Amino acid sequence: MKKYEILKKRALASNVNEYVIYAPLVAKHCLAGQFVILIVEPDGERVPFTICDYSREDGTVSILVQEVGYTTAKLAMLKVGDALEDFVGPLGNPTDLKEFDSVVLVGGGIGSAVVYPQAKQLKADGKKVDVIVGARNESLLMYVDEFERNSDNLYLITDDGSNGRKGFVTDMLKSLVESGKKYDCVFAVGPLPMMKAVCNLTRELGVKTIVSMNSMMVDGTGMCGCCRLTVGGRTKYACIDGPEFDGHEVDFDEAILRSKIYKAQEQEHLCNLRGNYGKN
Amino acid sequence: MVKTERHEMPAQAAEIRKHNFNEVALGYTAELAKEEAERCLGCKNSPCMAGCPVGVRIPDFIARVKVGDMEGAVKILNTDNNLSAICGRVCPQESQCEKYCVRKLNLGGSVAIGNLERYVADYALANGLENLCESECNKAGKYEGRSVAVIGSGPASLSCASDLARAGVKVVMYEALHKAGGVLVYGIPEFRLPKSIVQKVVDNVKSLGVDLETDVVCGKTVFIDELLFEHDAVFIGTGAGLPSFLRIKGENLNGVYSANEYLTRVNLMKAYKDGAITPILHGKKVVVVGAGNVAMDAARTALRLGAEVNLVYRRSRAEMPAREDEIVHAEEEGVVFDLLRNPVEILGDENGRVKGMRVIKMELGEPDASGRRSPVPIEGSEFEIECDEVIVALGTTPNPLIKNSMPSLETSKRGTIVADECGRTSVKGVYVGGDAMTGAATVILAMGAGKKAAKAILEDFD
Ligand SMILES: Cc1cc2nc3c(=O)[nH]c(=O)nc-3n(C[C@H](O)[C@H](O)[C@H](O)COP(=O)(O)OP(=O)(O)OC[C@H]3O[C@@H](n4cnc5c(N)ncnc54)[C@H](O)[C@@H]3O)c2cc1C
Ligand SMILES: Cc1cc2nc3c(=O)[nH]c(=O)nc-3n(C[C@H](O)[C@H](O)[C@H](O)COP(=O)(O)OP(=O)(O)OC[C@H]3O[C@@H](n4cnc5c(N)ncnc54)[C@H](O)[C@@H]3O)c2cc1C
Ligand code: FES
Repeated sequence: MKKYEILKKRALASNVNEYVIYAPLVAKHCLAGQFVILIVEPDGERVPFTICDYSREDGTVSILVQEVGYTTAKLAMLKVGDALEDFVGPLGNPTDLKEFDSVVLVGGGIGSAVVYPQAKQLKADGKKVDVIVGARNESLLMYVDEFERNSDNLYLITDDGSNGRKGFVTDMLKSLVESGKKYDCVFAVGPLPMMKAVCNLTRELGVKTIVSMNSMMVDGTGMCGCCRLTVGGRTKYACIDGPEFDGHEVDFDEAILRSKIYKAQEQEHLCNLRGNYGKN
Repeated sequence: MVKTERHEMPAQAAEIRKHNFNEVALGYTAELAKEEAERCLGCKNSPCMAGCPVGVRIPDFIARVKVGDMEGAVKILNTDNNLSAICGRVCPQESQCEKYCVRKLNLGGSVAIGNLERYVADYALANGLENLCESECNKAGKYEGRSVAVIGSGPASLSCASDLARAGVKVVMYEALHKAGGVLVYGIPEFRLPKSIVQKVVDNVKSLGVDLETDVVCGKTVFIDELLFEHDAVFIGTGAGLPSFLRIKGENLNGVYSANEYLTRVNLMKAYKDGAITPILHGKKVVVVGAGNVAMDAARTALRLGAEVNLVYRRSRAEMPAREDEIVHAEEEGVVFDLLRNPVEILGDENGRVKGMRVIKMELGEPDASGRRSPVPIEGSEFEIECDEVIVALGTTPNPLIKNSMPSLETSKRGTIVADECGRTSVKGVYVGGDAMTGAATVILAMGAGKKAAKAILEDFD
């Protein structure tokens, strides 16, 4: 097997693929909550993805990737048998939800990828775990079967009501709590505005909330400071201090502004790619 | 008759070079090298050597250049310096060897030792002589079957790995990034140290039989305990890569970079090239904070990306820690030095983008612990400067990843790994060298520390 070879690839939702990558060194020590940084082509960008699953025996690591820009589109063009240029990890700190007895995992969009290994872990530890998975519409819901197997209750919700209830994950969370559900921790992962909304809600509800911050990154080892964010009034690095933080302490407005630094250039790269792609 | 004035290195004109990333200093021609070599008086007591942190036999190698024996010169130089093509380009010669040259004050200026070093090293690279040195390569020697893991691939690691490999030890080098070279590849810009040179040096180390494993973060991907199990010893050359910020308001605004991030995007990720995938902001007016080599590199890089650049430094010109060459080059290229100024706050617009900086004027007071006069703010002297990008170059500290993954490894308050002068740490079989041991320093010191540790490792094998 080649280093970083794509052993399996399957479409999970519209524009979302799961890749199983041969990377024994990463598989050897990785734990739920950690991530990898990969490079698709020579001189390509370094982009981070959460480790969704792994097999120490097979030396494989699975990632779930949503096509949103240049690099993720390039990745989507690769086939089984192709190899990535680079694949480094596991980076960041593993999640530790051990101290909680009753957790609700909230995954928005691609955030479900991050939430899934937690469901598996909690289930394996014999904990009570509910899962809320939200997406814009049915075609973007993913890992439904996997979640079904690894949760006590799975709640689906879509913006347009095409599957499950209509609404946002916060609506679901709110009604669950109002209906008497008791959680000692909410673990929420998704787009920044979603995590912000969840935190605003749980602050009111008084429930501890952990979020996984998907800041832009370069090295992923604390060397550049690109991934910095403000947590509890102090600057933290998502790559080495996180990626998980106490959601009630995170300055989401700043994080949202920071996520837009390169918007114009990213758009241009994608247009170039789509343009070239059309011509070939 | 020998010209008595020092021969400065030919360089691209400032007006031209500030628009390109090609190397600024062009190197000596054979004639210039010979003429400059002839200026060396070959002093018996060799004061210059005392200024060299690794004791290169300077008059000896220069004497070889004088008579045109380039192989001889290479051999002498390479014996004490594994990275002469790099040191010839980036060493602060004016505060090392050249500082003690007898010609310095009244005899036309110090012999241009650094320029000559570069000339000899480039000759070696161009002629496949990079492995020529006085100590025999000892492949089949007594260290057969021994293996050492080297963590990191900066100057300290490259140097340690090559000495060990030369002695016949099997070496595996583990690097966190996707390319080897450490600061040489992600920090120091192309126009000062072409990456093709670094690549040649790395390739050469590999050609000695060193295996390079990139994408391996020690403390995450592998652990030192594991490496000790697979190898007979471990050398830590992980540098001091953690950037310091100012800790002032506005530091997380869009457009504020650590110099590390800025330079990494440009150098390692090639953001300066058209069509590069990794983005970088192209500020119109950039303020760089700091005055070391890193600050100069960041400032001159921003200039080349089309910005007007001001450098804000809280002391005066005399205290600037950068190499003299870099300061002069930066000034020639049009970097404006705002001296005796200190940032107080970075100002942003409604989109979270930098729009200016509030600074306070400083004056010099009593000397501090470093012996430099310490800057004192002048009350009520704050004012604003306009800018759309800020690059912070205030120094770096060692990354705690390694320490955190191995509590038994003794470290100092500053985060550096504690060791004896040969690099032996508190853990048996684990050695350290370079910035990871000393805190941010220089290429030559890191190179020298790698050599010392290699020697200690071999001695401890015996
Ligand atoms: C720790 C971590 C874990 C992540 N896990 C996953 C994962 O499991 N699956 C997955 O699909 N994505 C994940 N991401 C996000 C992923 O890294 C980005 O989507 C990717 O870098 C986009 O690259 P691109 O070149 O295709 O898009 P770009 O052209 O860089 O960006 C396209 C769009 O995506 C946004 N974007 C860029 N970078 C990020 C980012 N880091 N996070 C969120 N949005 C971004 C941009 O603002 C832009 O709107 C994770 C990010 C981090 C930091
Ligand atoms: C911009 C800039 C300009 C400079 N200019 C000069 C100059 O002109 N002259 C001069 O003499 N000095 C200069 N320096 C300083 C000089 O580059 C350093 O002192 C020198 O590179 C230190 O060498 P090192 O081998 O100790 O570490 P580094 O060069 O820092 O290399 C360390 C390597 O280890 C890797 N690493 C870190 N952690 C891990 C880990 N956990 N696992 C695996 N790998 C890891 C890093 O990715 C890196 O590749 C400059 C520094 C910078 C940043
Ligand atoms: S990604 Fe560079 S410090 Fe976190």
